[in-house]
Amino acid sequence: MMLTFVILGLLLSGSLAWYSDDKPFFGVRFQAKWVALVAVIIFSLIFVFSVYLSPLNFQTLQTIAHVSWINSLNINYTLALDHLSITLIMLTLFLALICILVSWDEIQEKSGFYYFNLLATFAGIIGVFSAVDMFLFFFFWEVMLLPMTALIAIWGHEKRYFAAIKFFIFTQVSSLLMLVAIIAMAYIHQQQVGDLSFSYQDWLSLELNNELALYLMLGFFIAFAVKLPSVPFHSWLPDAHTQAPTAGSVLLAGVLLKTGAYGLIRFVIQLFPQASENFAPIAVTLGVVSILYGAKMAFAQTDFKRLVAYSSISHMGFVMLALFSFNEIAYQGVIVTIVAHGLSSAALFSLAGMIYQRIHSRNLTDMGGFWQSAPRMGGFGLAFAAAAFGLPGLANFVGEFLSLVGAYQVFPVMVILAAFGLIGSAIYGMVLFQKTFQGSSLKTVPDLSCRELIVSSSLLMLLVILGLYPNLLLQYFRGVIL
Amino acid sequence: MNLLASLPLYPLLSFLVLISFGKRLSWAVASWLSVGAMGLSALCSMLLVAQLSTSEVNVITSHLWQWFSVGSAKVNVSFYLDALSAVMILVVTGVGFLIHLFAAIYMKSDENFTRFMAYMNLFIVAMLVLVLADNLVLLYLGWEGVGLCSFLLIGFWYQEKNNVLAARKAFIVTRIGDTAMAIGLFLLFKSLSSLNIVEINQLAQTSETFSLSIANNEASDAYWAALLLLGGAVGKSAQLPLQTWLPDAMAGPTPVSALIHAATMVTAGVYLIARMNGVFIMAPEVMTYVAWLGAITLLLAGVAALAQTDIKRVLAYSTMSQIGYMMLALGAGAWSAGVFHLMTHAFFKALLFLTAGAVILALHHQQNLFKMGGLLKKLPFESALFFIGLACLVALPGTSGFFSKEAIIASLWLSPTAGASLWWCAILGALLTSIYSCRLFFLAFLGEQRFPKDLVISDHLETNHLLRGALVVLALLSLFGGLFTIDLSTVLPLSNESELSPGWLHAVAIITPFIGIAFSWFYFKRYRSRDIISLNESQSSWLVFCRNGLGFDVIYRFLLVKPYCFITQLNRRDLFDQLIMLSAWYVEIWRDVLSASQNGRLRWFAGTFGLSLVGLILVVIL
Repeated sequence: MMLTFVILGLLLSGSLAWYSDDKPFFGVRFQAKWVALVAVIIFSLIFVFSVYLSPLNFQTLQTIAHVSWINSLNINYTLALDHLSITLIMLTLFLALICILVSWDEIQEKSGFYYFNLLATFAGIIGVFSAVDMFLFFFFWEVMLLPMTALIAIWGHEKRYFAAIKFFIFTQVSSLLMLVAIIAMAYIHQQQVGDLSFSYQDWLSLELNNELALYLMLGFFIAFAVKLPSVPFHSWLPDAHTQAPTAGSVLLAGVLLKTGAYGLIRFVIQLFPQASENFAPIAVTLGVVSILYGAKMAFAQTDFKRLVAYSSISHMGFVMLALFSFNEIAYQGVIVTIVAHGLSSAALFSLAGMIYQRIHSRNLTDMGGFWQSAPRMGGFGLAFAAAAFGLPGLANFVGEFLSLVGAYQVFPVMVILAAFGLIGSAIYGMVLFQKTFQGSSLKTVPDLSCRELIVSSSLLMLLVILGLYPNLLLQYFRGVIL
Repeated sequence: MNLLASLPLYPLLSFLVLISFGKRLSWAVASWLSVGAMGLSALCSMLLVAQLSTSEVNVITSHLWQWFSVGSAKVNVSFYLDALSAVMILVVTGVGFLIHLFAAIYMKSDENFTRFMAYMNLFIVAMLVLVLADNLVLLYLGWEGVGLCSFLLIGFWYQEKNNVLAARKAFIVTRIGDTAMAIGLFLLFKSLSSLNIVEINQLAQTSETFSLSIANNEASDAYWAALLLLGGAVGKSAQLPLQTWLPDAMAGPTPVSALIHAATMVTAGVYLIARMNGVFIMAPEVMTYVAWLGAITLLLAGVAALAQTDIKRVLAYSTMSQIGYMMLALGAGAWSAGVFHLMTHAFFKALLFLTAGAVILALHHQQNLFKMGGLLKKLPFESALFFIGLACLVALPGTSGFFSKEAIIASLWLSPTAGASLWWCAILGALLTSIYSCRLFFLAFLGEQRFPKDLVISDHLETNHLLRGALVVLALLSLFGGLFTIDLSTVLPLSNESELSPGWLHAVAIITPFIGIAFSWFYFKRYRSRDIISLNESQSSWLVFCRNGLGFDVIYRFLLVKPYCFITQLNRRDLFDQLIMLSAWYVEIWRDVLSASQNGRLRWFAGTFGLSLVGLILVVIL
């Protein structure tokens, strides 16, 4: 039940933050950010300890909550965890802390409502990563969408309404396809077994003919490919990332994109193994196109956040490529890439936020020579850019290397094409770093504050640890055969 | 924790301290720390080599931890020391220590001194990991690490736009080679299911499918793997066609050029090929490519060096050309001769660069050869050292360069993968080397003084004994380094004996440098003459073409850089996004049309109603 407790707790403490913001209690003036911070720390600790102390073996999905919800349609409130979802939930909780810390000074208006939305999004995301009843999954999918849209639309930058609406429409249209597929699956279950079921575990045993499986698979695939995002469904992402407040960008890049990857792993590939294997050449091509197209687009940008946004598309291409190679090595690469990209893109977006707070611009032409006045920020900037272009020793390299080695066993030509992405990433990484921190110094900016130092160094530390000792993560994903 | 594992640890610790405390450390503390760490490393590597020579298995290993595993193959963070890596660690830590010592004094007045020394230390760490790695992935870590440090140090004075661009160019051009190498790793893993260097070298010989071509017209895995590894090597070692970054890299401080772009990092490609000899032997065609690439680079770089006006760029092209010799040796199967030349070249090229640095500093950052002249009198000590360096470079008998270069040239004639034509290339290269060396020496040290007469030779270097000591040690190494015998027979296959080649080969090889010197003595008479007060660099288009690196930069700009920038600019707004926004536009149009029709006028409603009715009736009737 502890997961329910965490999800509900996050929602409730979000409400508490909203309600209590700027109100005196017993002579102490409450601030929403403190409420949010304390709540996230407490619930993270609860989650970590309860998983750590749990006697269950998370190698396979372990149902940890099961309550019937809508009896007439056989819809249940079912949560389950395995190593994949635990990893992603831990990533979410860690980035939740980062999100709160980067919003600390940035959000001054309506801060109560802001932290409510932030915490509600986290609750939704954790729900998405743990729901195994597909109706519940869809419910959480929507729960995370609404507050996220609000975050962009209310606290975003100059074109925030446009970006929020674009984000909303893209996600809604694609999740509509998924909803149709979900209902169809429940109906098929009724035909084959006799009763309606939305349970993921029940669906695993369904027998589908090839054509039907392909269409249903596509319904899920498109929903998750939009979220991942993969070319050609990616164009919501640069706008949403650029216009969102810093924490919004961290959240989007760090975890929200991972719901797409998670969906592909858990639902598309496991529910429709045959159909997705037949579909693999197309998916792999999309992955390679994303890698190259994202890298190329990133190079052309002059907006710091937009550049990072396109680089995310490029990185997620590696996930798509590796996932549809159906290879154990590549799968391990996917896991590491997911976590590493979560950290490195969060780091770059936090950096963008720090710079924005100092010069009130995201434009690379307004930057330059910051190393002179802010050497610490420059050092972190270099390390994060290096993580993004896959410098060995940082986590992203392990992910990319394993993905490519694994995928090479199956699709050598595609991997050779994808490898050009390594050159592309070096180009945009260098441009990003050099335009910001090198060159003649136009402005003097204050160096990192203590809070910013904590954010940057904790992210960098994790990147280095996972880069040099990825077994910390990979030990849980040995011998997984897709 | 044994000695081998601690070797990269000292510079790493020093790096961490320097980078975290930064400017709060005084010059004395920072230089003691960084140079001391290097000294410790150098001592350790000497101890290790002593251990190695007494050990029975000729190998020292040290396993630290398992990095990750690729399928069943484990990728460990483990170090592996054999005779080949022993030569490399001696060069890296020994020459590295001397250069660090020099750099600590040379860069003393720079405001970012600690950052500089931190990068230098980090570079040494990465370089040691590169040469000690027991598997290709760890080697790749060092490989990219040295690339990053090279980038940081070239762009050390990052306020200048040109330095920033040079740094970016160096990183991206080498990254192209690195990517080829990465694909080579994937291929090797697929066909041999291992990433361990020793295992790969053995499996390459024993595996039946590796060197076998699948179909008649298709090349074997060995061919492709060797070719892709060669791609990595040419990027790092500045060989054709990825050589263009090296001359620009001279934008960095001079100790950087000495350490990274002469003695250590640029020879990493040579090390890689020597290390992976098992793979290359199975692909004789690629060995021939290596030899030819080396030979062509050797000649083209020699020609380009003849036309340079900047003292550091002459040395840069000369480095490229000497690495061409090493490649030539490897391609001809003269493995140990190539590695031997790597070592001697590290000694004398580091000496040349550092002395050039001392000269440049003495003349207040004047690098143009045409504005030097007559330095023999002003800076006799530096002149003598520079002369020693050049003597080794042109391989005057008795110097270290002589032994190594002779060994290379002697092995070419009868080699199955090289041959007579490559021998002639090498001889021609030796001739070019002696000509550009003479030109350099005449322009800088002989002739009339061409800088302002009242220019005060800055003397804070002159008086420093430590700095001079470092230079003297390097000079001694350059002179007598040829006497070290390195026994690589435990690691590298023996090269074919050259007893059978015609006797006149040796004579020609020994005489060639002297011909070059005699030729220059007369041809460059103007440069050494004391009567000519001012010299201007010739502006003939041929010379300018050579000076700019024989047009490679222009070709790449028009074939690669411009198209890439053009395509990205063309599609800056994202084609896919435009298409999707088209649907939004379509919806908006309909919204406007329909909302325009809802105007609330009775006349309008009656009219449309009537018209639709007529239309409907027409449809029904027809």
